Amino acid sequence: MLKPTDTRNPDHYHRVVDCQWGCPAHTDIPEYIRLIANGQYTESYLLNRKSNIFPGILGRTCDRPCEPVCRRVRLDGEPVAICRLKRVASDLRDDITGFLPTIPEEKNGKRIACIGAGCASLTVANDLMPLGYEVTIFEKLARPGGLMWTNIPEFRLPAKVLWEEIDYILDMGVDLRLNSSIDSLAALLEEDYDAVFIGSGAPKGKELNLPGRWDSEQIHIGIEWLESVRFGHIDSCGDRVLVIGVGNTAMDCCRTAQRLGASDVKVMARKTKPYFKASPWELEDAIEEQVEILENHSPSRFIIEDGKVVAMEFDLVTWTPGENGRLKAEVHDSKIIECDEVILAIGQDTAFPWIERDIGIDFNKWDMPIVDKTTFMTSVPGVFMGGDAAWGPENIIWGVEHGHQAAISIHAWCEGRPLTDRPPEGMNLISQKMGLHEWSYSNDYDEAERVKMRHVDLQERFKRLDIEVEEGFDIEQTLTEVERCLNCDIQTHFEADLCIECDACIDICPLDCLTITHNGPEEDLTQRLTAPLLNYPEEPLFISEDLPQTGRIMVKDEDLCIHCGLCAERCPTAAWDMRKSDLLVPYAGLEAGEMHPGMSIMNLALNGGSADGEPAGPGAALTGAGAG
Amino acid sequence: MSYIKKPRVHHPGLTRNRLGLTRRDYEGTMSTLCAGCGHDSITAAIIEAFWELEIAPHEVAKTSGIGCSGKTPTYFLKEAHGFNGVHGRMPSITTGAHAANRELVCIGVSGDGDSLSIGMGQFAHVVRRNVDMLYIIENNGVYGLTKGQFSASADVGSTAKRGQVNREHPIDSVLLSLNLGAGFVARSFSGDKEQLVPILKAGLRHRGFALIDVISPCVTFNDHRGSTKSYQYTRDNYNQLVYADFVPPAEEIAASFEAGDVRSVQMHDGSRIAFRKVPDDYDPTDRDQVYGYIRERQRAGEVATGLLYVEEAPQEGEHSDFHGLQATVDEPLSSYPFEDLCPGADTLERLQERFR
Ligand SMILES: Cc1cc2nc3c(=O)[nH]c(=O)nc-3n(C[C@H](O)[C@H](O)[C@H](O)COP(=O)(O)OP(=O)(O)OC[C@H]3O[C@@H](n4cnc5c(N)ncnc54)[C@H](O)[C@@H]3O)c2cc1C
Ligand SMILES: Cc1ncc(C[n+]2csc(CCOP(=O)(O)OP(=O)(O)O)c2C)c(N)n1
Ligand code: SF4
Ligand code: SF4
Ligand code: SF4
Ligand SMILES: [Mg+2]
Repeated sequence: MLKPTDTRNPDHYHRVVDCQWGCPAHTDIPEYIRLIANGQYTESYLLNRKSNIFPGILGRTCDRPCEPVCRRVRLDGEPVAICRLKRVASDLRDDITGFLPTIPEEKNGKRIACIGAGCASLTVANDLMPLGYEVTIFEKLARPGGLMWTNIPEFRLPAKVLWEEIDYILDMGVDLRLNSSIDSLAALLEEDYDAVFIGSGAPKGKELNLPGRWDSEQIHIGIEWLESVRFGHIDSCGDRVLVIGVGNTAMDCCRTAQRLGASDVKVMARKTKPYFKASPWELEDAIEEQVEILENHSPSRFIIEDGKVVAMEFDLVTWTPGENGRLKAEVHDSKIIECDEVILAIGQDTAFPWIERDIGIDFNKWDMPIVDKTTFMTSVPGVFMGGDAAWGPENIIWGVEHGHQAAISIHAWCEGRPLTDRPPEGMNLISQKMGLHEWSYSNDYDEAERVKMRHVDLQERFKRLDIEVEEGFDIEQTLTEVERCLNCDIQTHFEADLCIECDACIDICPLDCLTITHNGPEEDLTQRLTAPLLNYPEEPLFISEDLPQTGRIMVKDEDLCIHCGLCAERCPTAAWDMRKSDLLVPYAGLEAGEMHPGMSIMNLALNGGSADGEPAGPGAALTGAGAG
Repeated sequence: MSYIKKPRVHHPGLTRNRLGLTRRDYEGTMSTLCAGCGHDSITAAIIEAFWELEIAPHEVAKTSGIGCSGKTPTYFLKEAHGFNGVHGRMPSITTGAHAANRELVCIGVSGDGDSLSIGMGQFAHVVRRNVDMLYIIENNGVYGLTKGQFSASADVGSTAKRGQVNREHPIDSVLLSLNLGAGFVARSFSGDKEQLVPILKAGLRHRGFALIDVISPCVTFNDHRGSTKSYQYTRDNYNQLVYADFVPPAEEIAASFEAGDVRSVQMHDGSRIAFRKVPDDYDPTDRDQVYGYIRERQRAGEVATGLLYVEEAPQEGEHSDFHGLQATVDEPLSSYPFEDLCPGADTLERLQERFR
């Protein structure tokens, strides 16, 4: 017998919001999309900023783990352009500085040191500054931003966007020390800090130790090469460039080479396309720029003449499934490909030469520091770690989420509370009924296909390094794309005691999500549903209490519900209702749902933009009324 | 009703029948009935039955009279022929349609008021004539469309929404049609599709007149305490007397359930109705016995449901349905050229001349 679902546990409805569940920072995606639909770009930006800190940056560069899991994929094959819509909010917002949290003049007396000014450390500062902490960030380089600045090329992320969002944080009064490499953690720990956060990233590009590697200046490590380009140390490159590796770094390298004058850029892949590490959209963009990608080429040596690389030799391989599911390479030929320059883009590692191994920080057998997955603390009390430094290269949004969690820990640490007591999430449920057949949101299913991003003309974009390729959505594209969102946070909420088992909801549901049947063992019950289960248990079932008239149960397969609200409209007793589930996420010093003084988005959203809104108390929620 | 149309997007697991159609292809437009109306569930069951029988929508004629029930053909088989006639006159329209084209699959949807009050005369005669059609009475005990007056099927002692008590004797369409010689008589409940869909399928395949009286609660005017046609009352007094499965020609009966308690009745096209869990002393082909049994159950306060009576298919060439009785040609009349059907004034003149 399956037990009734406890919908008071925030996780149940949160899971239904596939994108938000997939976003490491739990960004309230459907709500921000509705705000955009409603022309409330500033509100949408602020709602984004609450969880992901960098809406403008992420609206262009995010790894978007939310998109492949978007419900829309399961319906028409293409996710909502969640990331591009984020950019719309950022592009069209008004000045938001008035809505940033006010920083207390009187400090709380606690001093925090952050190592590295990447997204992880910046998030820690963002979360702690409003609480009265004094945060110092030590950065090795001459500018903050970490890889967002040094490695993500400007044709993907304009500097203006980057600096603006970094400045929102620095302007809170962060003590940023540039050109300040930390060369000894022991020495830093000697200083008078209450906690240390290590956000130093994974700065070491992987090597390819093949014959000839060290005999030419024209063989580069990808991330170092991109950094040199960024700082202007490199402003040209050879005609024929080979990029080794086919991950996202390789994509940025090959596209940068194109812009530095290369006319023949080849990306050399050891395997075939299904195994490429690069995100599909980055691959697409590189291919659009006429970069050639060669599969099944395994590098074997560099060919050097007069101290210059002139070619590389590759084994031509085929892959066959070997033991334990791993692919086995079989060499059947070799090939020499001429080139003037080689860029190695085969991965990154962390490196901690500056952490003394006798100060108590435990390292594992791969020489990675051991960090607690919940508290983000290392084995030295008061020393925390997050971002790429903690468990190897990830992406910006993970770095941000690590920063939030580490900030919660640091705050607890400084207040002497146990770090393992994580503040709980909350959930508000608010009916969206406006009238007999009227909902606060656009409940119809729009059959529009995913809107295609327009790109700057090929000729034009190669003129300079800093021409942003993606043009962003115009209003028409935006209005089309927002309607593709299925409002998965507007939940079908069921009250069993009201149901008279008339079957109206079962009959109307376009996706056959609903079943009234007798309870039974899981294996049996799951065979008796109106439509076959396709993604169970990843997509949950809702199981009701026993129905009053027959003692049967209502079962809902959440998998494909399009949140059209027809079940609720056709229900004569309002046993089904459409309710917005508002996930309330805690941050450092803020209980779930609480907001900083001066950052009351709720007031802003509801009162049309008064900057001096009252702080909203715990449990305050966005209602999203009027969207769509 | 709803302001949005039911979106066309559907479950990817939706299967197609041999015509390449999904169940969704058998839908009509969005219902404008009250949310929770039993009639909508019957519509859903009809959609299911047509889809499962793999009947092409354009081979179907759907007809109705007036009432909430009369509106429902709009909500299924949007590609079928349809006629929404005058109150109580659906039987004549269907008779006409079927007379003209005997190949049409005819389904008439009526209400208890439409059939048993204003249309009583028409109803009686379409049964007698044995028109080859499936006749559905969506029985809610009230005139739903005109806001809940008692209909001719309201039970003595049942109360209207505002408390008035009905004292007039009800007409029971099941007993009536048994009396009038119907060859297929069933009662079901909108809230029990497991029972209803197979009966609908059998009714569509039955050659001759088939009646299904479906208790179909009116959520708005007759779903209160005191009603004998409410969801709660029907469930409390429900007696699924016989379980009938519809078995298409090619299928083995034993495949669907235990062979032991099966009694199978052959239909004219080779399909069979397999009865199971029938009371020991019950013979669904014995008209008198069935009549008595239903009366007895009624006295016990039960609503006897199921495919209650079905006659064995007559031998080839002995069909007593409308076309058999009229000895019409095998080809649909509608397929003959007009000149052949209507020989013209000259011929009439000559014919009349013979009698002068
Ligand atoms: C080419 C490339 C493209 C990428 N593109 C994307 C993308 O499009 N989207 C995405 O989400 N992610 C992308 N990433 C990954 C993303 O940039 C990183 O995951 C993210 O920047 C990690 O943030 P972080 O704060 O942990 O570290 P970093 O951004 O690496 O920042 C660490 C900072 O610490 C400084 N530092 C290191 N050691 C010391 C020290 N001892 N003392 C003082 N300072 C120190 C470094 O100089 C650096 O500024 C990309 C990565 C690369 C290499
Ligand atoms: C000739 C004529 N008389 C009366 C009416 C008014 N009228 C409309 S529907 C209806 C009763 C319908 O009752 P029923 O057949 O039970 O259908 P329901 O609405 O309950 O499904 C009546 C009397 C009419 N439309 N036409
Ligand atoms: S909202 Fe209701 S009717 Fe619409 S798809 Fe979801 S369960 Fe089905
Ligand atoms: S429509 Fe409402 S009352 Fe009818 S079965 Fe569905 S939930 Fe129950
Ligand atoms: S009035 Fe009664 S019969 Fe008519 S649609 Fe409403 S519930 Fe159905
Ligand atoms: Mg009626």
